[in-house]
Amino acid sequence: MSTTTDPQGGTFRLSMLMNDSRYRSLTLQAIAAILLAISIGYIISNLLANLAEQDLNISFGFLATPAGYDINQTLIEYTSQSSNTRAAFVGIINTLLVAILACITATVLGVIAGVLRLSNNWLVRKLMSFYVEIFRNIPVLIWIIIIFTIVTAVMPSAKSYLGEDPERGMLGGIIAFTNRGVYVPAPFFTNGFGGEEGSIANWLLVIVVLFGSLFATRAMTARANKIQEDTGIRPGTLWTNLAIWLVPVAVVLFILGLSWDFPDPLANRFNLRGGLQIGAPLIALWLALSVYTGAFIAENVRAGIQAVSKGQTEAASALGLRPRRTMSLVILPQALRVIIPPLISQYLNITKNSSLAIAVGYADITATLGGITLNQTGRAIECVLLLMLFYLTISLLISAVMNVYNSSMKLKER
Amino acid sequence: MNKSVIFGALTIAGLAAGAAAAGTLDDVKARGKLNCGVTTGLAGFAAPDATGEWKGIDAAFCRAVAAAVLGDATAVEFVPTTGKTRFTALASGEIDVLARNTTWTLSRDVDLKFDFLGVNYYDGQGFMVPKALGVSSAKDLDGATVCVQTGTTTELNLADFFRANNISYEPVPIETNAEGAQQYLAGACDSYTTDASGLASTRATFENPGDHTLLPEIISKEPLGPLVRHGDNEWGDVVRWTLNALISAEELGVTSANVGEMSTGSTNPEIKRLLGTEGTLGEMLGLDADWAKRAIATQGNYGEIFARNIGEDTPVGLARGLNAQWTDGGLLYSPPFR
Repeated sequence: MSTTTDPQGGTFRLSMLMNDSRYRSLTLQAIAAILLAISIGYIISNLLANLAEQDLNISFGFLATPAGYDINQTLIEYTSQSSNTRAAFVGIINTLLVAILACITATVLGVIAGVLRLSNNWLVRKLMSFYVEIFRNIPVLIWIIIIFTIVTAVMPSAKSYLGEDPERGMLGGIIAFTNRGVYVPAPFFTNGFGGEEGSIANWLLVIVVLFGSLFATRAMTARANKIQEDTGIRPGTLWTNLAIWLVPVAVVLFILGLSWDFPDPLANRFNLRGGLQIGAPLIALWLALSVYTGAFIAENVRAGIQAVSKGQTEAASALGLRPRRTMSLVILPQALRVIIPPLISQYLNITKNSSLAIAVGYADITATLGGITLNQTGRAIECVLLLMLFYLTISLLISAVMNVYNSSMKLKER
Repeated sequence: MNKSVIFGALTIAGLAAGAAAAGTLDDVKARGKLNCGVTTGLAGFAAPDATGEWKGIDAAFCRAVAAAVLGDATAVEFVPTTGKTRFTALASGEIDVLARNTTWTLSRDVDLKFDFLGVNYYDGQGFMVPKALGVSSAKDLDGATVCVQTGTTTELNLADFFRANNISYEPVPIETNAEGAQQYLAGACDSYTTDASGLASTRATFENPGDHTLLPEIISKEPLGPLVRHGDNEWGDVVRWTLNALISAEELGVTSANVGEMSTGSTNPEIKRLLGTEGTLGEMLGLDADWAKRAIATQGNYGEIFARNIGEDTPVGLARGLNAQWTDGGLLYSPPFR
């Protein structure tokens, strides 16, 4: 074993920056940082010089001007006279919508497929490996296009649902599957706050009530646990919890006057009117991102489960736990420690891959701000900068939230 | 010593870059090839035929410029561009001229820093619907789903038209004309909207063109023409006057068949100036005297190009309409060759 001994004490000389191992790494880092700053500065000044040469400038004034184009799926009020900023917000909300939906379904699919891949049943095991290998080895763009083509080619046309005496009846009289999307009844409130802000407020109220119920049920469970520990008898919580979940929400919905807007086959000669339309592009994108990323998550889950030592399973069955409870109470909680870090990257992938929406005409942020606005205003650099900023912010936020969850799940060393 | 060499090299490189940015004409001559931006495929305007050769009025215009500048109508590199990529391709210098049925608008001319050099097709935006739909006017399209190419003026006109008539619609944004036709035929949209010429051209490629009809409304003015980067006036002049030469040739009765005999035998001084047997017009443009003669000899005059690619005897089947010479009641009017 060799160690370098540096001269102790003495005065500082300039040459020590390079020759003294105490300072050398700092010197090198400083040099690297300066070089990096210089090259970034050079790239930016080069860009500005080239723009100036072509008489172009960087300006964000276009964000306030009317967008001029229409968008087919908007969750907030939008017309062609709204500003480009508003169009960008429509895109942001659509991106978040598809990302959240896909994250949820991909996780569910992935966990089920990952667990079943380790099943003792040969057929189930092979089916799941088939799913994983097929879906993760074909690019997601192709899956998006395949699913979109299937939706538009296989589903019946919107017209077959229209008129007094339609060719097709709606499922249960309320749901229509067409090649332009699925129409379902839309809930709305007759006594709630009016206007766009009002309707958001109505739904926020419902969500707040649901959160209240969540905390109340957790308190109930904690109380039951305490009683069980003190007395050995667990009081029944099923009915009280059910009541806590259902009664307040039902009361709030009743006060707000919940009613349903059904798709109307008579209002228009081209399309169903009313109800909630889940467009074919959204369906294609959502399904494709879910099954594709689900395949990756399945592998993460399998790796996580296999990382838990077999002794844990054997110990659990020795205690008399059934396989299902062994999985949910013993194996999965330990496996989560291995699963979560790669799961974060899969969520980030879903968010970033949602920008492929443009292939099927889904109005996400890449299609509105980075597509139509960019084209119609010609402000490419500004739009792309804003896009980068958006994706960076969202990805960092997801990472931050998932890292908090990860540190709450990881092995606590006391 | 070393430093001065480096600075010298930098200066020369800088000068070379500056020169390259300034003279597209010299660039094209030095390269021996014209980079011409066209559509990804619109029959009659610019589309590769069965042998892979680009055909159409935009393609013919590219070849005419190549013939005028380089003396070789085949020295063209066709660069397919979409509605979204075309302006970036031109601004970045990837192409020398964009001839891609692009609408001349103020903001593109001024804000995007391009120069439009004239109009090679006067168009207007129309709607195509299946006959089975039983729609006779665009104003009946309330609530319809409409396919529209994204990043085009069409998209904005569509929004304006429906807003002005206070009716609603749902846009389906598509990237290319081929995708639009596919979506329209699959029933993903009730109507397809783009320039009326584009609709006629697209319909001609359908299996049953008779099942589809163009609605009578033309909702916009769409003057389509070639454009180049702003600020390179020498190059802009060459492209502008090549277009004018093709239009003037038709007006003066010069065709690809008689151009040789006209250049020597004609007594009309304007024809002589156009074909370079009199005056120094070619020299003023930085070209040789035969520039326009070559363009006309290889591609024909405007009327020949029109008839060959989109005229009434072709599958696209467009009438001259606004695109007739001013002497025939149309809008084509070339400034004089003097």
